[in-house]
Amino acid sequence: MKINKLNKNVLLKNGTVYDPVKQKIINGNVLITNGKINGVGDIKAPGGAEIIDCSGLIVTHGFCDIHAHFREPGREDKETLQTGAKAALAGGFTRVCVMPNTNPPLDDPESIRFIVEKSDETPIYIHPIGAITKGQQGKEIAEMGAMKTEGAVAFSDDGIPLQNAYVMRLALEYAGMINVPIINHAEDVLLRNEGVMNESVISTKLGLSGNPDIAESAMVQRDLQIAQSTNSTLHIPHVSTKKSVEAIKKYKSVFQKVTAEVTPHHLYFNDEALITYNTNLKVAPPIRTEDDRKALITALSDGTVDCIATDHAPHTIEEKEAPFDLAPFGMIGLESCFGAVNKILVKENGMKIESLIDLLTIKPRKIMEFEQDLFADGTPVEITIIDPKVSWTFTKDDINSRSINSPYIGEELFGKIIYTIVKGSVVKI
Amino acid sequence: MIKEKHLLGLEGYPAENIETIIETAFGFREVLERPIKKVPSLQGKTIVNLFYEDSTRTRISFELAQKRLSADTVNFSASSSSVKKGESFKDTVQNIEAMKIDAIVMRHPYPGAPLHLTKFVDAVVINAGDGTHEHPTQAILDIMSLKEHFGKIKGLKIGIIGDILHSRVALSNIHGLTSLGAEVTLCGPATLIPKDIEKLGVNVSYNIDEVMDWADAINVLRIQMERMGVGLFPSTREYRSLFGITHERLERHDKKLVIMHPGPMNRGVEIDSNVADSSQAIILDQVLNGVASRMAILYLLLGGKQEAV
Repeated sequence: MKINKLNKNVLLKNGTVYDPVKQKIINGNVLITNGKINGVGDIKAPGGAEIIDCSGLIVTHGFCDIHAHFREPGREDKETLQTGAKAALAGGFTRVCVMPNTNPPLDDPESIRFIVEKSDETPIYIHPIGAITKGQQGKEIAEMGAMKTEGAVAFSDDGIPLQNAYVMRLALEYAGMINVPIINHAEDVLLRNEGVMNESVISTKLGLSGNPDIAESAMVQRDLQIAQSTNSTLHIPHVSTKKSVEAIKKYKSVFQKVTAEVTPHHLYFNDEALITYNTNLKVAPPIRTEDDRKALITALSDGTVDCIATDHAPHTIEEKEAPFDLAPFGMIGLESCFGAVNKILVKENGMKIESLIDLLTIKPRKIMEFEQDLFADGTPVEITIIDPKVSWTFTKDDINSRSINSPYIGEELFGKIIYTIVKGSVVKI
Repeated sequence: MIKEKHLLGLEGYPAENIETIIETAFGFREVLERPIKKVPSLQGKTIVNLFYEDSTRTRISFELAQKRLSADTVNFSASSSSVKKGESFKDTVQNIEAMKIDAIVMRHPYPGAPLHLTKFVDAVVINAGDGTHEHPTQAILDIMSLKEHFGKIKGLKIGIIGDILHSRVALSNIHGLTSLGAEVTLCGPATLIPKDIEKLGVNVSYNIDEVMDWADAINVLRIQMERMGVGLFPSTREYRSLFGITHERLERHDKKLVIMHPGPMNRGVEIDSNVADSSQAIILDQVLNGVASRMAILYLLLGGKQEAV
């Protein structure tokens, strides 16, 4: 991947400019001067400006992923902040939130500072999410206040559900006090039991232990109740079941401080895809039924679920070559995200591409309270340029992550990132 | 005669293949009754028995089948192997294959491991049981035993009794029997019946007496204590009273119900001793048919010559 410094003046010319904040399409140009927005619309290039021809392309805000794993510190063999940042660029993401399940976990202000400082050297913006509890042990709440001061944008014990409802209550009360969302991987670990995939006739056929949909929705319901009673902000990650969608919808009508995300893979695959024991489809929560998949698509369209997040989770080949029961949970997802969700939501389900862009730009930024008006003059550039209509086959060569655990390899995707522009540099993908 | 290279499971496995195997197995069954029980069919073929999980009867049955066919065999068991040295599954099997072998018979504790194996090796792969997934050779020998007894499979009413959730034998039997036109009813505690199993074309009942009334034969599964999490059923005493094939229960039915069991049996739990040892039980026929059907499978998949039988 070649990351090129932007010239003093760069004109993004003749593109379809979509501004998610104004909810408007502008046929015109975007001028970037010294790495900052210097006008959007009918703008002429100053003398000596570099021209990037955007004919037939959509120019919009850089994507924002609020759920990724860059494995640093501890598992640099899987991913680092640098390699993760490159994967993000390839997927059109200029801003990424990383989960705290590192080794050691990000559960104190020092480790948050480590991520913030190291991220400075990467070509994108990276924000750490701190652990809710010390050592992700689910017992005592961590130093959330100090972590927030150092740059933590949310708190989560990541893949480890906060099973103890009392600790969840304390966490929501405390995080509510400092105005930071709690993100709980909602899966009742006792109901999940040994489940490694969705419980259905497919798990029965494969002889694999099933994880029932109620393992998720029961804890989603619990978390919604606690959040409402403590009046604290709750973000529900990677919603995977129809039952959870129904619960969220019901609560949202009476309680506004709740948001939710869905991953590209829960929109793209159903559990029938696991019939060959493909360990790259072993994720938590599991890929669910077609009925659940359809409910998630509807939930994005009607606003029950707020945004798309990748849950990019790199693992080594050796680990993923193990028998299904032993392989770790997770798949990478940054590079394939747009082509996958654009295919499912826009091409197959008739969503407007502008709505999809919202789900990848202003909506996640709003959840994390990041700057949203990225086309305002003087804003440091975060722009993604998309070819929305090209069909292409995703291959290993499209992967910039250090890991290649992707079930999209060989899949025909629709829509592709052409340029990502951020931190004063441009990358042609 | 059989196009499919491997035998990984009976789900989607062509019914004609099962019929061909069983027909061939009856031929080998006759060989097994001879004073000299050996034929040269697989002379020069090398077969590795790769057992990642303990097994007595399946392994002996496969080994005998291989020896009767004059194949060269090597046994590998996880307890005495590189598995303990931390070598990966892929490295182990690629090393074995590098030694020029023709087939691998594998038992593995994890579902899907045999399919996984086919990605790493060119040899013919035969599944000798993969976790709670399938045990196709057991189902074929069960079906052969039913065929021997009833002369047909189509239209037979078969009950499969007990721990369906943890049983690879049940799953393979379900696929094999339904594809050959038998009717199958599963019977066991609700906590040991896996999700949506009816979608595989079987009935589920919780009433053992009704199933015994209905069935022509019942296959009584072993209660797998070693796979049991806590409290899937309250006690073996209660299991026996609700689902056990007891002498008293069998006496109540006037017809001659055929009793099968894949072994090893927990006598006094899922089956009473005097039931297992009665003339209605065909459990030892199953064992002999196991050798014959495994001979047929090895012979057909390894391209033995017909005239050698």
